[in-house]
Amino acid sequence: MSVKSRIPLILLACGSFNPITNMHMRLFELARDHLHRTGRYQVIEGIMSPVSDDYRKKGLVSARHRIAMAKLALETSDWIRVDPWETEQESWTETVKVLRHHYNESVRLLQSKKEFMKNKQPTERSTENFLSSQCSVVPELKLLCGADFLQTFQTPNLWKKEHIQEILEEFGLVCISRAGSDPAQYIYESELLTKFQHNIFLVKEWIQNEISSTQIRYALCRGLSVKYLIPDSVIAYIAYHNIYTEESERKNEGDLLQPLKLHNTAM
Amino acid sequence: KTEKTEVVLLACGSFNPITNMHLRLFELAKDYLHETGKYKVIKGIISPVGDAYKKKGLISADHRVTMAKLATNNSDWVEVDDWESSQSEWLETVKVLSLNKACSHCFDTFTLAPSYKPVLTIPSFSSSLLGWVFCRGTITGSGERSFTRLYLEYSSPYSSIYKIPLFCRHHHEKLSSPDATISLQNVKLLCGSDVLESFAIPNLWKLEDITEIIQNYGLVCISRAGNSTQKFIYESDILWKYKNNIHLVEEWITNDISSTKIRRALRRGQSIRYLVPDVVRAYIEKNDLYTCHAICTPNASCFSFSFTFPEL
Repeated sequence: MSVKSRIPLILLACGSFNPITNMHMRLFELARDHLHRTGRYQVIEGIMSPVSDDYRKKGLVSARHRIAMAKLALETSDWIRVDPWETEQESWTETVKVLRHHYNESVRLLQSKKEFMKNKQPTERSTENFLSSQCSVVPELKLLCGADFLQTFQTPNLWKKEHIQEILEEFGLVCISRAGSDPAQYIYESELLTKFQHNIFLVKEWIQNEISSTQIRYALCRGLSVKYLIPDSVIAYIAYHNIYTEESERKNEGDLLQPLKLHNTAM
Repeated sequence: KTEKTEVVLLACGSFNPITNMHLRLFELAKDYLHETGKYKVIKGIISPVGDAYKKKGLISADHRVTMAKLATNNSDWVEVDDWESSQSEWLETVKVLSLNKACSHCFDTFTLAPSYKPVLTIPSFSSSLLGWVFCRGTITGSGERSFTRLYLEYSSPYSSIYKIPLFCRHHHEKLSSPDATISLQNVKLLCGSDVLESFAIPNLWKLEDITEIIQNYGLVCISRAGNSTQKFIYESDILWKYKNNIHLVEEWITNDISSTKIRRALRRGQSIRYLVPDVVRAYIEKNDLYTCHAICTPNASCFSFSFTFPEL
């Protein structure tokens, strides 16, 4: 399938990114390679969407910092960017709404590009043929995640069932797992996941590189080195602003996660 | 306030190419030694193996040294020493000269085109002064030529490390020489648990070499959490005897970014971003290294010829 006839695709990753690590960025690279190998997709963009402070996860530092660190980390990437929309909302946003927002944004962008093309002279138009053919199709938007994410679908009160369905049916998942773990099992054990398994792309990471943000924060608190696990620019930023301390780890301690709080009050 | 022992960490290996995991070994070892309160790590040295090692897929030392230098450019304590990678020429010439006084051909050190580099496959490891076998002979094809540059191909994946006692000594001497600006107490070999466990492979190591490394220099060995390295030390008499000189450091991040996997990914056109420093990735891309084509470039053909082992 030629590049022109491939379906354009945007990858969206949600998470705390507290802080961003080399592994987060690796997920994007793996997903892109995998989707390109299917021959059906052309990944045109990667979006990192850090969660709002209102998520109330323990140790979650201010969104201002998390966005700044992600920007520094992604400086060298020509296709992945960080989007602050989620952090700018007044309260925590459910994942499906983030997906809807970014999908609508890409549709809006497409329409404005089409308007732009329409107003161009014919001669100018011909030189942008390739771009216009890419423009004509609305890109698919898929949620990029790790295998542990699939597992969270089973956590009581964390997800609304209709949301899971919409994510799987309207968008789709690209799920990265490491050698030794088997996300196919979670799919098998869930009726809903099984129903939409055609829209769940399973990608294996054979080169183990499990850099958990939690462990990074612990190391930073203890003065241990995290060089080569997160970008140097992020290390410098953290040091300069003294972001991760024992105090920052205690933030939101004892609080209930916002999605759990919401669903509890709803019931 | 007790005096802390100054330590230099030395890592030998192919670094084909260098990865974030190699660089992590240094950081982990440094943190560990500092936490003991007894050591101060003052320097880290990356010592890539020379080309004469002739391991399958090993690209030229020039590239490997350059990539390692790019990777450590922004490190304030880890550096690259290309002494080892340039050793082969020096050693060979000297050894061959001293072994073959009668033969005038020995003074002919002409360079053969890469496709004419002979490779000898020697079934059993024959020890010599520095763990190398020096031979002489002639190759046929485009006229008979005598050659004096010799290479050893050894089928073990660890064959570079038999030269470690020599390099430890070299670095120790270099760093404690009168005009060195730092006072040195200790060179320690930094390695993964695979090197430690290679001590058990028959005929790979000379017992005196193992003893020298552990007794005089010491090992800092990085292993996975839950690895059986401690058990391995327990089961080996020599390792057990000097276990105080073997520092076992547990990785707290499961990191398996091996050079082999990087090369595999590159052959398959897959991304290696965030697994190696970006400058290394860019260098590999720019020089078209590790592609399928590169692996298949003219390697040494095996020539059959007679050779004699030198008598020392």
